[in-house]
Amino acid sequence: MARILSILVGLFFTVALAWSFGKGAYTQITEPAAPTAEAKFHLVPKEVHFASDGAFGKFDRQQLQRGFQVYKEVCSACHSLKHVAFRDLAQLGYSEAEVKAIAAGFTVPGTDPNTGEANTRPGTPTDYFPSPFANDIAARAANNNAVPPDLSLITKARHEGPAYVYSLLTGYTEQPTALVKEFPDAKTPNGLHYNPYFANLNLAMPAPLTSEGQVSYGDGTKATVDQMAQDVSAFLIWTAEPKLEKRKQTGWTVLGFLLFATILGYMSYRNIWAGKKH
Amino acid sequence: MSFPWAKQYTPSHPFMKWMDEKLPVPRLIYNAVGSGYEVPRNLNYFWNFGFLAGLCLVLQIVTGIVMAMHYAANTGVAFDTIEMTVRDVNWGWLFRYAHANGASAFFVVIYIHIFRGFYYGSYKAPREMVWLLGVVIFLLMMATAFMGYVLPWGQMSFWGAKVITGLFSAIPLVGEPLQQWLLGGFAPDNAALNRFFSLHYLLPFVILGVVILHIWALHIPGSSNPTGVEVKSESDTVPFYPYYIAKDGWAIGVFAILFAAAVFFFPNALGHPDNYIPANPMSTPAHIVPEWYFWPFYAILRSFTQDFFFIPAKLMGVLAMFGAILVWFFLPWLDKSPVRSGSYRPMYKKFFWFGLIPAMAVLFYCGGAPAVEPYVMISQIAAFYYFAHFLIVLPVVSAIEKPLPLPYSITEAVLGKDEGAELAPAA
Repeated sequence: MARILSILVGLFFTVALAWSFGKGAYTQITEPAAPTAEAKFHLVPKEVHFASDGAFGKFDRQQLQRGFQVYKEVCSACHSLKHVAFRDLAQLGYSEAEVKAIAAGFTVPGTDPNTGEANTRPGTPTDYFPSPFANDIAARAANNNAVPPDLSLITKARHEGPAYVYSLLTGYTEQPTALVKEFPDAKTPNGLHYNPYFANLNLAMPAPLTSEGQVSYGDGTKATVDQMAQDVSAFLIWTAEPKLEKRKQTGWTVLGFLLFATILGYMSYRNIWAGKKH
Repeated sequence: MSFPWAKQYTPSHPFMKWMDEKLPVPRLIYNAVGSGYEVPRNLNYFWNFGFLAGLCLVLQIVTGIVMAMHYAANTGVAFDTIEMTVRDVNWGWLFRYAHANGASAFFVVIYIHIFRGFYYGSYKAPREMVWLLGVVIFLLMMATAFMGYVLPWGQMSFWGAKVITGLFSAIPLVGEPLQQWLLGGFAPDNAALNRFFSLHYLLPFVILGVVILHIWALHIPGSSNPTGVEVKSESDTVPFYPYYIAKDGWAIGVFAILFAAAVFFFPNALGHPDNYIPANPMSTPAHIVPEWYFWPFYAILRSFTQDFFFIPAKLMGVLAMFGAILVWFFLPWLDKSPVRSGSYRPMYKKFFWFGLIPAMAVLFYCGGAPAVEPYVMISQIAAFYYFAHFLIVLPVVSAIEKPLPLPYSITEAVLGKDEGAELAPAA
């Protein structure tokens, strides 16, 4: 009885699945899914390497400072960095005085100590990077109805984040004529910009890094578009994971200890079971 | 209960004698995981995963309590409190990554533990209650993990919560009110986040309670073993301490190395990048996927794409998804073969290795893939086999299969026939 019941329940699910499968297969044959411009023209991120990659990776602090400069002079016009405080910049190798000076260069929201009214004041090391827009509505109004995302976590918030950021920054091109020819509806709309590394190929952000020397580096590095894109990507790896170095270093210590403990554990296991067939 | 030859707890120190009279906790430990618990001598490494699962539970509770010290269950700040924990709390990043990856480690271990049970027939008499409690633990784990994933209030947290609670709306008549009651609103919001946090803190302790029952129920018949032959004599067993403490100890080492490698070098590999974007109810992610450990069941849910007679496709999917786990409750009565171990069941063994395992692997893969062809059709085939395996194949195979001859005893299986026969008691 139980056997018959279970077979009946089994048939209920399997027949329903076969029915779904059959209908799905029929639809596939009669109305195959039309190819899309995204499926055909979207590109996976370019291959790019950073000093922080790999199990022994460490930040290149010169590069992080350059990347910070790119953020400050280019990206920060539209993108916030709200999880990072000015004091964190000490980790990039800036001295206390330099951090203070950098913070003071930003204007942050404050409160008038006499009237209690909202005002602004120069930043201090304990402040977080201020947002360029008062709120999302203001951000939309200024950016063709798109909110520029906060960049603190951007390299962890995208698949292959660092390579994605680098590819996006260096990937702006004219829309291929082959695309428009094959998919006339997918022509880049006015106000958007074609970039094959963006999921739906068109984004509101215009190419931010456009010319060599857009930023003048203090350390003499030639500020090519490719260099600036790499530097700012490296900086954004740091903003997303400031504890990256400590994590990897701790990891090796922990693995070393565990390996030792495991070998001891194995030897004690062999010792205790010696002579006991199992 | 225990085998007659099991060692007895005999306290020698006056304090331990005093303690044994008032509150015999040392005796309990001695009999549960000490020298008083006799275990088959022939357990292979698949039997280490129960101990490892217990370790994972402790790890999750400890790291979780620390995370909760820095977390605030409020949609306005939840995401930021976790970032604050990772950036500004001493070792906060370690606790966060250990807790997030700890959930994955727990499921890796538990899936191996469950499939060990499938292969070796661990669910069969006299261990049905052990099995049933185990399935309860698995369901509680899924609920806990699901609610835990909502807490960071990232994009996948929000949309995952929306999709999963949306499943309840498929239930006829009461579905919609039920969903609103569960969420405390029409969509996941502060009320939902708050209660999920409350339950996420509660359920691990419920799990701990059921784990104690699970171990209690196990200790009545004693552990099963790879031959599936029950313990017959003293030569079949060894005391848990020191033998299996030593074996589990070194297994913990291997587990810890793999776990540390994940936490320190690939901490985000198993997470979805979208959960580093704060929740936004106005922006739907391109692909909503749950955490990897739900993928097989998520694939089953999405396999039902057509209405079946009067049952809407969505309800079919929900029934099947829950049914896929609930069927495990009936396993002891679906598989009536008197032989426990798959090693002595030639037919069952084939269906296990060439049916269930590949079907499960395919469901794992397809559950994480976008819901487009060919993934849907592939998961339909795998789901077809999944249900057929438990509800049709298993009852039929157990009726018609001719099992291989079993060894007389565990000792015989280990030492060979001649030596074993000597050690076996005269029948």
